[in-house]
Amino acid sequence: MKSLGSIRRSFAPWADPASKPFISVKNVTKRFGDFTAVDDLSLDIYTREFFALLGASGCGKSTLLRMLAGFEQPTSGEIILDGQSLAGIPPYRRPVNMMFQSYALFPHMTVENNIAFGLKQDGMPKADIAARVAQMLKLVKLEKFSQRKPHQLSGGQRQRVALARSLAKRPKVLLLDEPLGALDKKLREETQFELMDLQQELGLTFVVVTHDQEEAMTMADRIAVMSHGKVVQVATPAEIYEAPNSRFVADFIGDVNIFEGAVSGAEGGYVRLEGTNGFPIRMASPETPATGGKSAVAVRPEKIRVSRQPPAHAPVNAVQGEIWDIGYLGDMTVFHVRLKDGRVIKASSLNAVRAVEDPLGYDQEVWVSFGEDAGVVLKD
Amino acid sequence: MTRVASALFSRLVIIIPYAWLLFFFLIPFFIVFRISLSQTAVAMPPYTPVFDLFGGLTGILDKAREFSFDNYVWLTEDVLYFNAYVSSVIIAGVSTVLTLLIAYPVAYGMAKAPKTIRPTLLMLVILPFWTSFLIRVYAWIAILKPEGLLNQFLMSINVIDQPLIILNTNWAIYIGIVYSYLPFMVLPIYSSLEKMDHTLTEAALDLGCTPFTAFWRVTFPLSLAGVVAGCLLVFIPAVGEFVIPDLLGGSETLMIGKTLWNEFNANRDWPVSSAVATILLLILVLPIVYFQNAQAKADGEGR
Repeated sequence: MKSLGSIRRSFAPWADPASKPFISVKNVTKRFGDFTAVDDLSLDIYTREFFALLGASGCGKSTLLRMLAGFEQPTSGEIILDGQSLAGIPPYRRPVNMMFQSYALFPHMTVENNIAFGLKQDGMPKADIAARVAQMLKLVKLEKFSQRKPHQLSGGQRQRVALARSLAKRPKVLLLDEPLGALDKKLREETQFELMDLQQELGLTFVVVTHDQEEAMTMADRIAVMSHGKVVQVATPAEIYEAPNSRFVADFIGDVNIFEGAVSGAEGGYVRLEGTNGFPIRMASPETPATGGKSAVAVRPEKIRVSRQPPAHAPVNAVQGEIWDIGYLGDMTVFHVRLKDGRVIKASSLNAVRAVEDPLGYDQEVWVSFGEDAGVVLKD
Repeated sequence: MTRVASALFSRLVIIIPYAWLLFFFLIPFFIVFRISLSQTAVAMPPYTPVFDLFGGLTGILDKAREFSFDNYVWLTEDVLYFNAYVSSVIIAGVSTVLTLLIAYPVAYGMAKAPKTIRPTLLMLVILPFWTSFLIRVYAWIAILKPEGLLNQFLMSINVIDQPLIILNTNWAIYIGIVYSYLPFMVLPIYSSLEKMDHTLTEAALDLGCTPFTAFWRVTFPLSLAGVVAGCLLVFIPAVGEFVIPDLLGGSETLMIGKTLWNEFNANRDWPVSSAVATILLLILVLPIVYFQNAQAKADGEGR
């Protein structure tokens, strides 16, 4: 899989203006009575992309997926798949298949018949069906279980049957609704990588709905963070994490410290804030907000240093506090440092060596600081 | 001490259904079976031998020698009984199929209805039970008779110019049975459809089924348990049905329930009518036992 990894790294059709999107969602709105589930949403998904729709429950991500599958029709707007509008096309005539959150395996059929269901429906010759089913069983490593009924399988095996069934018809797009939601943590982590390998191997376009940010970050080429029926940001996992475009995204993905302040100046790609925490902030920013306006800077815990001595750049990007809590996680240690005004800053440091001489302890007076390019200036 | 008490209690709980079966099924059945082996007599009770518990064991054994299967032989000699059994099974079978054809869409519609109105629909299905069964069958006479409501209505809208003869035909029996037993078919089918996961249908659509094929390949097979239960609940009582053929059917309609009633009340031949009842029970029980076994076996293989 090594070579695929390198393909994966260079895979960025969304950055290429010449490439055409495979799925285009254009100004789609979906209302259920008074409730707007999806609100004037537009996004593009490219061939062979592993695309994740990420958001809290009720953000409209599942509704969007169901519109792609054809179970719901947009109230307005249009979805285009491979150059064809999907308007009015029922689910059974769409070249997409879905893997359901509940798996929706047919309880009265064996594993084999579940996988063959769609193929039989298409009137494929029997020999071809048998060959395809065997291939699918091999793909999900369930050869020995072909004659079992779904209720005789474990949760992980059922998940794989559901996956095999949805892949059997070789759809152009596979839609996955919380595919790993019902699995326990360890199995979920393994399966994440299996899914990624499978997607690479088959060269399919995957659209996955999840509320688990870790899952989305691990698997997806790009993530669309959704909230209240709208897409807040579409970007690669790294961009989403390192350059969130809003406080919502910064807060939703991972841990973050937010420092608020008034913009007091900007020069040479740096913005100066008079922080409300009592220390000035200087932060790299591609855009320069208007002087005097309110702004905020988001800094991830792992980019914050905790030290006994003040850093050279103090008092800029540095403030004193006392260690309030220490969480030892093995691979890293999380510090909660309490400032004089009562605010708590989260910092984490990697435990790169086995034993530290004179480690930081509770109630110690420390400096927390961060570099000039450690954080992001948030627009709102 | 409490453990002993609770063990005793759980035994008692198990005993209750068995006791019920013993007192209200097995013992009555043996009484009927015993009478079917007796001879008719002008006496009270109208059959011999009658056991006298004071006659001692030898007395009982002497009397028991008088038992014979003559009544069963008699049933095979008169073709009337055979015809009555066959026609009962046919009428019950046709009625069961008709009931299924009507009940399935009803149950399906109820199961697909919004959750908030389902209890109301369920109530409406059960509601007729609040009126006496006999009154409801009598009401059908008023509807179906030549100058009845149905004919008046059809003639008033000029669909027909001669009244339809429905009452006192097999059609009236079908209508009566379908009407009376509909809830017994609707309820089990509804309960099997209602608990079905609707994403299964979506999965079938997703895999290329039209709504119709999705129904045949997924929804219907999964509701079979309800269909079978409903069919048994309609077929079994319909075979032995007496009131409906008596009130709605014609004199030429032969049903075993009516034959039994005639033997018992008109002819006062308790032994023969007991033999009729015993055979009826065997006709009904044997296929059901066989079916249940087959189903249990199929389930066992799947496990």
